[in-house]
Amino acid sequence: MKNLLFCVFTLIVFGAYSQLGKGGNVTGNMETNVQYLNNDSLIGAVAPEQKVVMNSYMNVNYSVGKFRAGARFESYLPSIAGYPNFYTGTGIGYRYAQYAGDRITVTAGNFYEQFGSGLILRSYEERALGLDNAMDGASIKFSPVDGVVLKGVMGKQRVDFIEGNLVNSEGIIRGVDGEINLNSIIPNFDQSDFKITIGGSLVSRYQAASNDTLILPKNVGSYGGRIDMKYKRFYLNGEYIYKENDPTQLNGYIYNPGHGALINFGYSQKGLGILLTAKSLDNILFRSDRTIEGTQAFINYLPATSNNHTYNLAGTLYPYGTNLFGEVAYQLDVLYKIPKKTKLGGRYGTDLHMNVSLTSGYERNTDNADMQKRRISYTAKPFQMTDSVYNFDFNFHVTRKLNKKFKASAHYFHFVYNNNVNPITKLATGYIHSDIGVLDLSYKINKNHTIRTELQGLFTKTDRGNWATLVVEYTISPNWFFTIIDQYNYGHPEEKLQLHYVLGAFGYTYNNSRFMFMYGKQRAGILCVGGVCRPVPATNGLTFTFTQSF
Amino acid sequence: MKKIKLPLLALIASIGIFSFVNDSGDTGKKMPSVQIQDIDGNSINTGELSNDGNPIIVSFWATWCKPCRLELNTIAEEYDDLVDETGVKLVAVSIDDERNKSKVRPVVDAAAWDYEIWLDPNSDLKRAMGVNYPPQTFLLDGEGNIVYSHVGYVPGDEQKLYDEIYKLTE
Repeated sequence: MKNLLFCVFTLIVFGAYSQLGKGGNVTGNMETNVQYLNNDSLIGAVAPEQKVVMNSYMNVNYSVGKFRAGARFESYLPSIAGYPNFYTGTGIGYRYAQYAGDRITVTAGNFYEQFGSGLILRSYEERALGLDNAMDGASIKFSPVDGVVLKGVMGKQRVDFIEGNLVNSEGIIRGVDGEINLNSIIPNFDQSDFKITIGGSLVSRYQAASNDTLILPKNVGSYGGRIDMKYKRFYLNGEYIYKENDPTQLNGYIYNPGHGALINFGYSQKGLGILLTAKSLDNILFRSDRTIEGTQAFINYLPATSNNHTYNLAGTLYPYGTNLFGEVAYQLDVLYKIPKKTKLGGRYGTDLHMNVSLTSGYERNTDNADMQKRRISYTAKPFQMTDSVYNFDFNFHVTRKLNKKFKASAHYFHFVYNNNVNPITKLATGYIHSDIGVLDLSYKINKNHTIRTELQGLFTKTDRGNWATLVVEYTISPNWFFTIIDQYNYGHPEEKLQLHYVLGAFGYTYNNSRFMFMYGKQRAGILCVGGVCRPVPATNGLTFTFTQSF
Repeated sequence: MKKIKLPLLALIASIGIFSFVNDSGDTGKKMPSVQIQDIDGNSINTGELSNDGNPIIVSFWATWCKPCRLELNTIAEEYDDLVDETGVKLVAVSIDDERNKSKVRPVVDAAAWDYEIWLDPNSDLKRAMGVNYPPQTFLLDGEGNIVYSHVGYVPGDEQKLYDEIYKLTE
């Protein structure tokens, strides 16, 4: 009934829009993914009974003056391969109404929000992965003077979409956040080379107690502060969040407090950028329902501390995600452009990028533990590492334009992945060492025609052994692209599994509309085809994608 | 509940068809108003974007998106000339989230881009402008109307964008 009313409302709004002519703005987008799936026991792809599956979305935003409203229609009939299969049916998964004045913005219904770095609260959507923890309630943003922003949010959180109906969390989230740019509010400080912004947040979850043996906290609080400073070419920012005891299914109902800390320190000038990142997380994962496991119902966001690799073999086989129990991580990025018209830099200059990251386990001190009375399983201090490495990632990139037509880049990656801590394969135990090399060559045949190839190799003595990948892409600006990708697992220890994963694709782009057909076998990961990147699941079959924004 | 699905689907389909048929209908649309920050931490009301009556390019990108960086690097080679000839300004909106947000500054500086950089770490502006996946580039005329947009980037696409800019300034 709620959906029906909303449909009627939307139709009225559209009706009003067409009457008003240029009175309002309609923006939005749509995406449709249809797959015809085959069984493939060798690569482990399983086709559903329906054979044909579809995900479809359409966002519509309508704004007139200071008023805005919108909705997203979603359809999973059933959902495409690799997508969370608990999403079913067709319906409205997101709807909101908003008033945005000069100093105040009020939203009712669904909304996305982030406090600070997101370490305390982040509701967001990663549609291609099926992640969506939109809030459902009300939010207010208020800026009493320039440089001060105050936010308040309250609501439940999207955890599911069943038979076309939005399903929200049992828990209710309440949060406030404030941020002050000191340069804006202190007289004569706005011209200073020293820039400083401070902020603080408080988030709490209410959920009725549901356990017979333990006295569970019904209200769990989390709070913290952040600072962002810049002085000429140097910048430093950080956030620290503390979470009160929050016994959950995932942490085994322990009553330990949790913390999260993120620090970035950088130096940046034209042609040179250096960034050092440090992260410490312990028992900080916060959910809107203490009984839920998996990837749903996250209140906060725990970023991975490593480069986001997009080359097929580097991005899909041993990708690292944040350990939800906690970890300590460091990362260093150095970017340098060898100046153009120099001996080393060549006519157009040469781009260098080095990235190294190390993630390790958390030191859990059990001296003061008290599991009997207080259910505190250990104590922890920020940034105390163990020598148990979770992930090590070194990568180096050289990119150079050789002449007007020819561009080349070379890439090297070395990964050490701890398969015991974050199991990703059943064929190996302990550390998986791998080396990856990529050569990316692009040749512009004429004004509109370009051919690009990628030669990739992955070398490891464990798991599925060595891989080679060849990508050939032909693009005709501004409309067409054609791609062939062959991933060959030539080093697999079992000879019959030394397979080629061949995928062919072509597509057509017209301004902001685009369609694409893909046929073949595809591994999970971030896929960049014909100029657009998106995360995709593993499949064997035919995929049709249509996207449009309006 | 089952009964309402048919009209719902019909509605989705009709809006879809409407929007596709009306595909050139970007004209007259303005930048939506969203509160985000620029790379220096200054608050930005995106609806107030202006360039003294000259055209503006708004390009959505991310540090991990190769075609995005290729597009912005390609435009960078011609940018000084473009600015001199047309007065155009490019705003590069990074949709990097917290994982990569801090890398935006070193990436921008190392590439020596002279663009205005906005940060959209929770995709608020991306959502408001109906962007599916990066890169997506919009062109605004001197009055702030969106007159052209293009999704994706392959070498050569920049030429169409330049043509559209010159069309505005002729």
